[in-house]
Formats: sequence, structure tokens, C-alpha cells
Amino acid sequence: MPPVDMGERGIESVLGGERPIRVLVAKPGLDSHDRGAKVIARALRDAGMEVIYSGLHRTPEEVVEAVIQEDVDVLAISLLSGAHGTLIPRIMEGLRAEGVEGVLVLAGGIIPDEDVPVLKACGVAEVFGPGSDTDAIVQFIRERAGGKHRAGDN
Amino acid sequence: MPLFNSFVNAQGANTVPEITDLAERMLAGDRKALARAITIVENGLDGAETLLRVIYRKTGHAHVVGITGSPGTGKSTLVAGLTMALREKGKTVGILAFDPSSPFTGGAFLGDRVRFHENAADAGVFFRSLGSRGHAGGLSRKAGEVITLMDASGRDFILVETVGAGQSEVDIMRHAHTVVVVLMPGAGDEIQVGKAGILEIGDVYVVNKADREGADRLVAAIELELDLGEGVYDRMLDPTGHHAGLGNPPAQDRQHPAGPERQRWRPPVIKTVARDGLGILEVLEALYRHRQYLESTGAGRRQALHRARELICDAIIEKVLARIFSSPQGVTLFDTLAQAVAERLQDPYSAALQILENRFER
Repeated sequence: MPPVDMGERGIESVLGGERPIRVLVAKPGLDSHDRGAKVIARALRDAGMEVIYSGLHRTPEEVVEAVIQEDVDVLAISLLSGAHGTLIPRIMEGLRAEGVEGVLVLAGGIIPDEDVPVLKACGVAEVFGPGSDTDAIVQFIRERAGGKHRAGDN
Repeated sequence: MPLFNSFVNAQGANTVPEITDLAERMLAGDRKALARAITIVENGLDGAETLLRVIYRKTGHAHVVGITGSPGTGKSTLVAGLTMALREKGKTVGILAFDPSSPFTGGAFLGDRVRFHENAADAGVFFRSLGSRGHAGGLSRKAGEVITLMDASGRDFILVETVGAGQSEVDIMRHAHTVVVVLMPGAGDEIQVGKAGILEIGDVYVVNKADREGADRLVAAIELELDLGEGVYDRMLDPTGHHAGLGNPPAQDRQHPAGPERQRWRPPVIKTVARDGLGILEVLEALYRHRQYLESTGAGRRQALHRARELICDAIIEKVLARIFSSPQGVTLFDTLAQAVAERLQDPYSAALQILENRFER
């Protein structure tokens, strides 16, 4: 699905039947800082997406449940605490166990380069570290958030 | 014609057997199916109408509670508290939380889920965040239909949290059995209380953050306003029990605050500190009492009839517009007439007539 140019169209695209991409920005674990997550949330909102923010200190089970109930196209996991090695695989396993398909999973925060291959191996599409260009993230999402039942859309 | 494309059903992949299967799974309690159904209906995707037709007869069990009020009054926290209390009583809960969509980008930050911790992994609670998507009035255009889905899925209670932009949020009246209006001290609400709009529509009034200064004054101001309301409506009754006019009598068939039943329900005014869980049980008790009142008087039946009439009207409008905009001839004629109207070469009323007199081919 080609990227949607929201520049000129704005709300008309919404009224025009091109439904917004839905993103869950999740903060699992013990992190107490969510400024980065909120920066991303704002960028995605400004790009015309509906962004659900999970709030702090969510368990992997809560994140999986939110993905299901909110029927999101994208799950963006933000982790600063170094617990990505345990929490992200648990979330991915939870999604698999519930039969959730077609959700684009991204990770961000403090994740060392050497840990990225492991995360990708368990299903994370891309890792965007601190200082990542928000336009690049938006573009990445627009190009790939389409696996999930958008084939039947307008 | 972008503005009305959302009325046109998508050419898509949702066949009738797939929709029927989705409906069955949703009715059986499958959360993924309910989530998917909400997406289909919210976006008017192919199969939305079939889905709603199939499940409509299963609706009518849930108690739909609207929670409205200005931003910052603590609606989300109250919803979380009510949910916990309902779960302790073994009730299942669906929550629909609306937040504003940007009028420029169409995007939205849906932040109501943040307040919602304790029940986050409880299967008896289903929480869905929605954007207002260009709709004014506190909800979205598809709110009623999404509520219908939640109802059919078997939830005992559906809590609908409005956008919270203030006094124009009267949309919730069309969809909820019980409207809870949330206020807080120190927001100038003692003066606001006298104004028309949101402060007329409540079946239950909650003064949240009641640990703050001014709480009792606000309660008194609301009670005074309710007293005044009762006084007016009593004078409007003539001895036969019908409504005499005060120039402009309330239509007997409309669900109007001055309807004959409303004067027999005195909205309770309840102080809460939702953050600490105080006052929640009193609000719950008021919800139960209001439902009792609706069921034991004619009020509930009148509400249901009024709602049915509106639903059919809405469906007629949608179908007429869909018929126009799913036809290339229709779109062409519409665009031509719109141009003429904009240039004052024609008036919109004769344009409408011209369109309606056509039978468009698909």
C-alpha cells in the first residue's frame, strides 16, 4: 500500500474513508521516563495516526491485551531500563500465543546495537534508538503497516 | 468526493460467510473478534452493515452509561474506579473512551487507557480508545454502532467516556441510558451550572476532586439548579396531567429533560474523590437506581422508542447518500451542482431536489 500523503488532505482523508493507522506506544517494565515515548506519540499523531499510549509500568500481559482490544496496526515498545531482553520476547510470545497476526512491532529507547539481531529474530521489525528521525519512523510505518486486514479497506 | 466517501462501502474482502463467522465468534465472547468488529464498523468497511444486521437482535441487555464533563474533571479515573467496583460485583464491562482527533491531520492521542491500570489484564473488561474523527458533540459518528456491538457481545455495563470539550457534548444523550455529568470545584462551575447544555442532560451529577475547596458550594449550586428545574416543570402541568405550554411545550414524544418522567427522577449529586476510590459505590448505586427507574416507569420504553426512530432516520440518510456517492453519475451531478451553488447560480435546495429525483446507476 503506497504511503498516504496526509499533507494536503488532513481530516478529509479521515472523512474520506482512509482510516488512520492505529499505534500502541507501550512502556512495559520499570521505566519511569516517558518523554521519548511522548515525543514519538506526538510525531505519529501529527502524521495523522491514532496513537494509544499505554502509560508506565505495564506488564507484558497488559501490553498484549491492549494490542488485541485496540486492534492496532503497530506496536511501538519503548524501553530504557535495559530489560528489553526479557520483556520484548515475552510480549512477542504473548502475541503469538493469542494468535495475533499482522501487527508491525517496533522497539525504541536504550537498546544496544548488539541486542538488535536477537530482537529482530523474535519478530521486531526495526529498532529506533535515541535521536532517531521521527520522519523516518513515520515513513517506515506508512510503508509497512498494511499487513493487518487493510487489504479489504477502501 | 472526499467528504462523503465514508458513506460508501468499500469493495473489499469481507464476505458474508466471513462476517457471519466473525459475528458468531464475537457473540461467543472472542475478544479479537469484538476488536475486529469494532474496526470494521468504526471505519464503515465492507460488511459493516451485514454485521450490524446480524447482531442487532442480541442487543438490549447492557446498561449504557455516558460519562461526560469538562477536561480535567477526572472522568477517566472515575471510569476506572467504577469498572473495578463493577468487577468486584461480578459484572462484565465494556469501555469506550473518546478523545479528540486533530482537525488538521486527522491524528489523535488517545490517552484514556493510561488511567486504567488494575483491570488491564482482566478478561471481564474490554477497553477501546476511539478518536472523534471530525465529529463534534463529544463522540464520533459511529459511536452508536460501536456501542451496539459492545452490547451484543454480552457486556453487562458499557461505560462511554466523551471527549470532554465542555458544554456542547450532548451527543451522549442519544446513546446512553444514564448520563453521568462530572464536575469539579474551582473550575468556575458554580456559574457554569446555570447555563444550558451539558448541565441539563445529567441523570447523575458527580462532583469529583471533592477534597478540594468549594466542593460543597458546587453541590449546593447544582441542587439549586435542579430545584429550579423541578419548579418550572411542575408549573407546566395542567390538572389533567398533560403538559400545558409555556409558549413552547416540550414535545411529548421526544426524550427531553422536561418529559413527564424526568421530573420524577431527581438526579442525585454525589461527591467523589475518584483518585482515592471515595464515593464510587454511591455512584454505582445511583446507576442501579436509575436503571430501576427506567425499567419500572414508562421512561425506559420511551427512550428505546425514541432511539429506534433516530436509528432508522440515520440509516435512511446514510443509504440515500451512499446511493448517490457510489454511482459515478451521482458523484458527477453532485460535483456539478456544488460548483453551481458555490457560485450562486443555483440554490442548495433545488440542487438537493434535482439529485433526489434521479435514480443513479451503479
